[in-house]
Amino acid sequence: MKFVDEYRDPALAEQFAQAIRQLVTRGWTIMEVCGGQTHSIMKYGIDQLLPSQVVLLHGPGCPVCVTPVEVLDKALEIASRPEVIFCSFGDMLRVPGSSGDLLSAKAAGADVRIVYSPLDAVKLAKSHPDKQVVFLAVGFETTAPANALAVEQASRMGLDNFTVLVSHVLVPPAIEAILQAPENQVNGFLAAGHVCAVMGCEEYEPIAAQYRVPIVVTGFEPLDILQGIYMCVKQLEEGRAEVENQYARSVRPTGNQPARELIRRVFRVIPRKWRGIGEIPASGLGLAEPYAKYDAEQRFGVAATSVPESSECISGLILQGRKKPPECPAFGKRCTPEQPLGATMVSTEGACAAYYRYARGR
Amino acid sequence: MNDLIREMFFPAFDNPILGQGLDAASLHVPPGRLAFTTDSYVVKPLFFPGGDIGSMAVYGTVNDLAMVGARPLFLSSGFILEEGLPMETLWTVVQSMRLAAEKAGVTIVTGDTKVVDHGKGDGIFINTAGIGVLEHSLEIGPSQVRKGDKILVNGDIARHGVAVLSVREGLEFETHIDSDSAPLADLVATLIRAGIEVHCLRDLTRGGLASALVEIAEQAGLSIGIQEKLLPCRADVKAICELLGFDPLHVANEGRLVVFVPAYQAERALELMKAHEQAQGAALIGEVTAADCRGQVIMRSLIGGNRIVDMLSGEQLPRIC
Repeated sequence: MKFVDEYRDPALAEQFAQAIRQLVTRGWTIMEVCGGQTHSIMKYGIDQLLPSQVVLLHGPGCPVCVTPVEVLDKALEIASRPEVIFCSFGDMLRVPGSSGDLLSAKAAGADVRIVYSPLDAVKLAKSHPDKQVVFLAVGFETTAPANALAVEQASRMGLDNFTVLVSHVLVPPAIEAILQAPENQVNGFLAAGHVCAVMGCEEYEPIAAQYRVPIVVTGFEPLDILQGIYMCVKQLEEGRAEVENQYARSVRPTGNQPARELIRRVFRVIPRKWRGIGEIPASGLGLAEPYAKYDAEQRFGVAATSVPESSECISGLILQGRKKPPECPAFGKRCTPEQPLGATMVSTEGACAAYYRYARGR
Repeated sequence: MNDLIREMFFPAFDNPILGQGLDAASLHVPPGRLAFTTDSYVVKPLFFPGGDIGSMAVYGTVNDLAMVGARPLFLSSGFILEEGLPMETLWTVVQSMRLAAEKAGVTIVTGDTKVVDHGKGDGIFINTAGIGVLEHSLEIGPSQVRKGDKILVNGDIARHGVAVLSVREGLEFETHIDSDSAPLADLVATLIRAGIEVHCLRDLTRGGLASALVEIAEQAGLSIGIQEKLLPCRADVKAICELLGFDPLHVANEGRLVVFVPAYQAERALELMKAHEQAQGAALIGEVTAADCRGQVIMRSLIGGNRIVDMLSGEQLPRIC
């Protein structure tokens, strides 16, 4: 497959692994921010090619994992109304709220549909004027532009039967929260390539400077990740702390201007609760004032509730890179992808699920 | 209902046993052990590129018989129809079953039809049961798998699942992908006739190659090693899986199987398969690595790392990003 196979070349992978082995003189802990990267690392066994001094920690960049239970409960409440067609990306359907998931709501008769683009939900609203179409708008900066576009399009079309249940989160505040934690072990970051394709690299400059930490914007294929690790180790060994761009084939320093503009128009920055971590100030997006009427929470009057998370689950520590999945006593025993106790086991991109799926018993 | 049976099913599945119109079919079976299986078919949409629920219902059961090395002889066919189903739709499905039965060399000798209220069914559900005969002395199954056995697959994987998805989800791909749906009994018979000591067979259906291999490894208490670079998968299918976040190892197939054979016969088996209509894209994908009772399937990735291959739990869901 063109533009994919090139980045999975075994000989080049070995060359990078060798270069990293030659470069490293001491122990370094590097966090890959994005769940897609964690998934690639486990799927291809990238960690097995690294010298023992380089430890990879898995970050909070899994949108499914960090969506709080409260949002899922609201989704379930809205989806079970007879007048509602509830649309979501596929992988949110199995994530448990405090009473079941969207798949079980669907089985119980709710009209829950998987869409591949939020614009498909807008189309549904147009073709079903007698129904209320609600889209579950989750994700990082990556999915925000398309979700913003859907809201703007609905507004332009004058649709009053389309709303979004928003739970957008932002990467840079999460990185800062990790760096501010007293137990932080992370020496360098691989930032999420797709997020930076939208937002650019500039917003990471102050973080690299303030916390003296290298940040390498990195892609998702095995060679991308190996090269990202190489660049990060090189900075660490040379005592540099800069923002570098490994994923230059997709990421421009200023990102995608029209997409950023769209986000700015439709959303505003708000504090958000992260599943497993808690509230982080200015770490999420909500609808901006002019688009408030597209807010499903307001339309359906679903109340804010607070739901306690499993006390046994250490997903918060895992999402912050303070523990690895096999260090959890429940991992693979009381907690599996079929019966997840918490955030990082529910999504295939969660660190626990990736370990369980590709590397349990290793 | 009687009209339906007389005007549609009898002429389509025309054969003397069914034609007797008795409550049960009485069958003459050749000598040998019998194999008996049943499966129910629900698929949405009823028609997809390269097949439909009718051909699936015939091939699926025929293939289950073939997986113990049986020659399929007779099928039963039970229909549950949703009220309001257009007769042309049923007619098309029945014709497809007729063609599939012909192709697979089986006779549909008994059947049943029920109609449920509108909204209580999904158009058509079909159950087929099948009887076949084993005309050899091989015991085929996970208990026969041995360390060192080579594992062959009869063609590119994941095509059926992607073909169904392309119509079900209204995804428009700029490529045409037909399901791999096909009968496999003749392929199996070819191997056995040629003296291949087939140790184990499994058709890849829901859950894909991964689930079939994990099931065998667990049942046999053996570990299996496969290599990603050896897996046959069409570039367009791979690209669509990539786009949707699907693992081709987990995507459904309807005309694919894995064959476990002793190492010394692997090359010969592969040659025989490649010469057969249903296995031109056959490939050796791995081997049984250890008799360590862990029952794990490990795949060597393209870049040389190892990872566990797991059974699919639930349905594969497309990812956010």
